[in-house]
Amino acid sequence: MAKGRKVPAIVDKPMGFCPGCGHGIVIRLIAECLEELEQDKNLIFGIGVGCSSLLGGGLEADRLHCSHGRVGAVATAMKRVNPENIVVAYQGDGDAYSIGLAETTSAAYRNEKFTAIIINNTNYGMTGGQMSNTTMPGQKTSTSVYGRDCDITGLPIKFPELVASQFNVAYAARGSVHNPAHINRLKSYIKKALEAQIRGEGYSVVEVLSPCPTNWGQSPIDSMTRIVEDLIPYFPLGEFKSRDKGVK
Amino acid sequence: MADMMKGNEAIAESAIRAGARLYAGYPITPSTEIMEYMSWRMEEVGGTFIQAESEIAGINMIIGGSACGVRAITASSGPGISLKQEGMTTLSDEQLPAVVVNTVRYGNGIGTLLSAQCDYLRETRGGGNGDYRVIVLCPSSVQEASDLTVLAFELAEKYRMVSVLMTEGALAQMMEPCELPEMKEVERFPWGFDGKYTNKKIGIFDRNSMTEALELNQKYTRVKENEQRWEEGHLDDAEYVFVSYGLPGRSTKGAVEGLRAEGYKVGFIRPITAWPFPEKAFENVNPNVKGFISVEANATGQLVDDLALTLKKAGKGNVPVYCKPYVYGIPGIKVIKEDFEKIYKGQMKEVY
Repeated sequence: MAKGRKVPAIVDKPMGFCPGCGHGIVIRLIAECLEELEQDKNLIFGIGVGCSSLLGGGLEADRLHCSHGRVGAVATAMKRVNPENIVVAYQGDGDAYSIGLAETTSAAYRNEKFTAIIINNTNYGMTGGQMSNTTMPGQKTSTSVYGRDCDITGLPIKFPELVASQFNVAYAARGSVHNPAHINRLKSYIKKALEAQIRGEGYSVVEVLSPCPTNWGQSPIDSMTRIVEDLIPYFPLGEFKSRDKGVK
Repeated sequence: MADMMKGNEAIAESAIRAGARLYAGYPITPSTEIMEYMSWRMEEVGGTFIQAESEIAGINMIIGGSACGVRAITASSGPGISLKQEGMTTLSDEQLPAVVVNTVRYGNGIGTLLSAQCDYLRETRGGGNGDYRVIVLCPSSVQEASDLTVLAFELAEKYRMVSVLMTEGALAQMMEPCELPEMKEVERFPWGFDGKYTNKKIGIFDRNSMTEALELNQKYTRVKENEQRWEEGHLDDAEYVFVSYGLPGRSTKGAVEGLRAEGYKVGFIRPITAWPFPEKAFENVNPNVKGFISVEANATGQLVDDLALTLKKAGKGNVPVYCKPYVYGIPGIKVIKEDFEKIYKGQMKEVY
């Protein structure tokens, strides 16, 4: 029998994501984790520009809609001046890894003690599906209509692996929302990231492979299949670093 | 007896005493001593200092701190202030107070290290995208830089907007006696984030931009009405009135005293607020004035536009307006007097 899940108290009203989008699942998981950790009334969000912006209207929580890409810098200061609050940066791959690569990387480099949750749907969703720094080789987008040519646009960036191997971060993981088992595993990653912040260990980041049926031109179910068949072989799931396990 | 202090250090210590508890920024000549001073001083008073990876990150850190109710300040110059415009329009949009010091240096692009007033139009018109204003305060001495730093925080907090302390490279680097303000008791702004969602927010797509624009306009009208500041001299019988701010304004004052000693009926207005422009000062000018002269350290003449617009509004639109832009540096008393002679003899054409 299906198990009922209580709607977290901070979830206020519906957020206008497209059918089959993964954002709503992740936001729900964040809210559940915060409630279970009794941190849902001790919380400040820094919100990116893009589809991640839609979190802003749906949660009852302190939140600032940051300039495009700058959440890493804004959240840095929020956590420094309010160290007792849980600070969560909620961004997409375009916001965090393209326009905000400097701010995202620098916050991880300084080991700022906040948590970044970064939705990787391999394109700029809000503006209609342009190529991003995580667009797969050969993937067609509205700015790579013949498929991404990695010879002139670079290879998709693997941010959790980058910061886990090069910087002194506390926690880095990548999860996915393509089936219930992985949703549960993703929840454990988000929780561990938040726990690392609660313990003051340093920067924690969870990247989430998330479907974008609208811009991928696929059905929601086909989008989940694409995650399994195309994305996970390039973007492996798992924990890349934690204080107890070290670098994987 | 006041101690000798460098302009930049006077600004930094005055900010600490005014209650600043967050500094974030990136170094650039000639503003750097502010950041260096803050790097050790902020820690002493229990504040936060962050060396940002760029000016863009620095101003966004100011946004994060201000959103949590902390008095926040950053400093830069020329191209660094250009990078901060994204954050300054965001602060203005969120109605978050903050103080930005622009230690103006001359030049376009990466510019030069020369002291100048070339950023007048950018600062007084808001500077970033959208339609907003910032309060612009212009010191002409180290003491005034200290005093205006405190005022910058007070006005930013009172009106919940950005204050720009528009100083100049030479003033930042020179030493003068300075009486510092008393240390202020620090309290967080009550509207800041506390993690408990004490202050409700609407969704970003639920905002009413029309209502917000009208409210902003009302606020700016209040600022224009209440916060004009200037220094003036000899306006009641002046045939020619100089208008100049900052260090050139200080030289101009000396030139006016010298010219009067020689029998010329001249006066001066030294704007202390560049925005709001001190329109009220012009009510004190001799009704039979023959000309206005702006003295500026930039290439094209910028203040002169505000001067002409103000005269138009005051019904003095037919009085000639002259402009002497000295490009960079600080024009000396002698050169200002010599150029006045040319205007007096009809050898220089008016701009408006």
